[in-house]
Amino acid sequence: MKRYRASLLVLFVLFAIAGMSAQDWIRTGTGLGVEKVRLAVPDFKPVTTDTGTQNLSAVFNVTLWNDLQSAGIFDMVSKSFYPLSVPGAPREVHLSDWGSPPPSASMLAFGNLGVQGGSLSVQGWLYDTKNPQSPQVLGKQYREQANDANARLIAHRFADEIILRLGGGIAGVAETKLYFVSKRSGSKEIWQMDYDGADQKQLTHMGSIALSPHVSPDGTRVAYSGVTKEGWQILMYSLELGRPVNFQHFGGDNYSPAWSSDGQTIAFSSSRSGNTEIYSVSSAGGSARRLTESKGPDVSPTWNPKTNTQIAWVSGRTGLPQIYTMASDGTNVVRITDQGYAVSPSWSPNGQFLAFAWVRHYGPGAPGASDIYVMDVASKQWAQLTHEEGRNDFPSWSPDGRHIVFQSSRTGRVQIYSMLADGSEVRQLTTAGENTQPNWSSK
Amino acid sequence: MKLTRSQWIRIIVALTVVLAVSACGKKKVASTPPPPPPPAPAPTASLTANPNTIQAGQASTLTWKTDYATDVTIDQLGKVDPSGSRAVTPAESTTYHLVAKNDSGTQEATARITVMEAPPPPPQQTSNDSDAQLFSSNMKDVFYDYDSYDVSAQYQQVLQADARFLQQHKSLKFTIEGHCDERGSTEYNLALGDNRANAAKQALAQLGISPDRMRTISYGKEKPFCTESNESCWQQNRRAHFVYQK
Repeated sequence: MKRYRASLLVLFVLFAIAGMSAQDWIRTGTGLGVEKVRLAVPDFKPVTTDTGTQNLSAVFNVTLWNDLQSAGIFDMVSKSFYPLSVPGAPREVHLSDWGSPPPSASMLAFGNLGVQGGSLSVQGWLYDTKNPQSPQVLGKQYREQANDANARLIAHRFADEIILRLGGGIAGVAETKLYFVSKRSGSKEIWQMDYDGADQKQLTHMGSIALSPHVSPDGTRVAYSGVTKEGWQILMYSLELGRPVNFQHFGGDNYSPAWSSDGQTIAFSSSRSGNTEIYSVSSAGGSARRLTESKGPDVSPTWNPKTNTQIAWVSGRTGLPQIYTMASDGTNVVRITDQGYAVSPSWSPNGQFLAFAWVRHYGPGAPGASDIYVMDVASKQWAQLTHEEGRNDFPSWSPDGRHIVFQSSRTGRVQIYSMLADGSEVRQLTTAGENTQPNWSSK
Repeated sequence: MKLTRSQWIRIIVALTVVLAVSACGKKKVASTPPPPPPPAPAPTASLTANPNTIQAGQASTLTWKTDYATDVTIDQLGKVDPSGSRAVTPAESTTYHLVAKNDSGTQEATARITVMEAPPPPPQQTSNDSDAQLFSSNMKDVFYDYDSYDVSAQYQQVLQADARFLQQHKSLKFTIEGHCDERGSTEYNLALGDNRANAAKQALAQLGISPDRMRTISYGKEKPFCTESNESCWQQNRRAHFVYQK
């Protein structure tokens, strides 16, 4: 059952792709093979009444609602349909009020929160309205120091518990981070933020140029590329130490690092031979192994995270850049895109799809701009996810495979957006300065 | 009664006019006879320069003030007003000499402006600066077509001229920066810029320039020369740019 549910999203993307291979637009919704769970989430009941509680409870309720809404697997029941009396504890629940119209919720998440002695306590439950005999699916209790960050954190944790239970056993992404490049400090530096855009923090202070952050699968280090006295080098930032740490330097320019999903190997592009080629090196350092040999530019590798035996990358060997795949030893090169300008591949966590940026009809006066596409690697059938809204680039998959974060110039300056992997539920995550090259953490 | 009043008014007006005229007349009377020439005092004069020490090429302001003088000259400036100021930019240290004259005498004043030579830079620096100038005025950049890193015939000729210069100045080392226009993706443009820089490097190497003298770096589309979104600007940004390296 869990496995079945896990593959639901994959299936529905596939349906879309199979049906739409010759169309630019896909429209998906609850009618396309997935019945979303109707979930009611009344505001948590405050059990203390000071203003601190009110503020934290507002932060908590908004965060929990947004997490569940953006998870992509729920049909959130509008609060205007809720009964007047909102439960804060199991004994206050009248299941029939929630399971029948108007709310007609099949699941109910509720709870209470209070601040005492400087700590924030939250109790949360998930009830199945169709199972009055034994309705409790989940009961959780949290206690953290009382502040906004922890109100968000508890909301993220509870949301992820619900998503794990109702989303086919796939962990939610509410506690994940995004790494990205921001120019808001004046120069391009590596930044970090929560998956929903909260808590944006500058990590590097190079003062030159830092690009292409890629967080390690265990979430402890961020590899990126930066201009040093020795040209572009692959650099490493320790999230545990909160500072850059040493990583091996190579000759020539070196950039676009990509971790394999086991954390053992980093693939990157290097110009040391006088030509940009893809290399791989142990994440502990060592000698780099050359994987490509072509006259044109080779850049932007991404590993198949399911197997770590394949790499997709961008090559200009035939002219305009196209997406290719190869075995991780450089053999078995297969061209994936057949036209236009295709760059920035990101391999989906289940190994099945490549997301990438594509100007499909390239040339003066050609229609369309750079948009985000998803392609089924085996069948090469694709679906277009963004449409006629600025230049879109650098897609990166969420670890649950349900979301894609990307950059877009749709509002003028380049900003970072997230969306469901079918192109819906687009959310703008950044507004300050110019923000590019998002990378979604695996944890 | 009315008549008397209007008469009064006439009288007052007439008196006022007489008074006014007589007042004016008095002045005329006072100035009309030339006063006896006052015992003309000898002229006084002062001359200052601010600042009185400048770097070559900078300006200083001369300010002078004279009293009773009928003729004022400054040697370097010729005849001048009795009092005034003027900006001067002497090429070398100069003593300005003012002469104020009238019938009863002459008064002189001087002000000296010291002109400092530009501080002598360390010898190494001088050679670097001139090398850098020499380099940038002789080495011409290579421009590329869109999404291309091939050196066209036109720029092959440019590189031949560059190579001739480099062979005459064998001590010069330099960096070749690869640049791209704003279109396309950040990472792909970095790679393309590297290919452009390396294409220029390889062409120069084939013309006999030692690869040891050349470093390459790509700036992709990160450091554009021109920031407008049109072809003439994009063309400016698709280049291999030569930078003198100390």
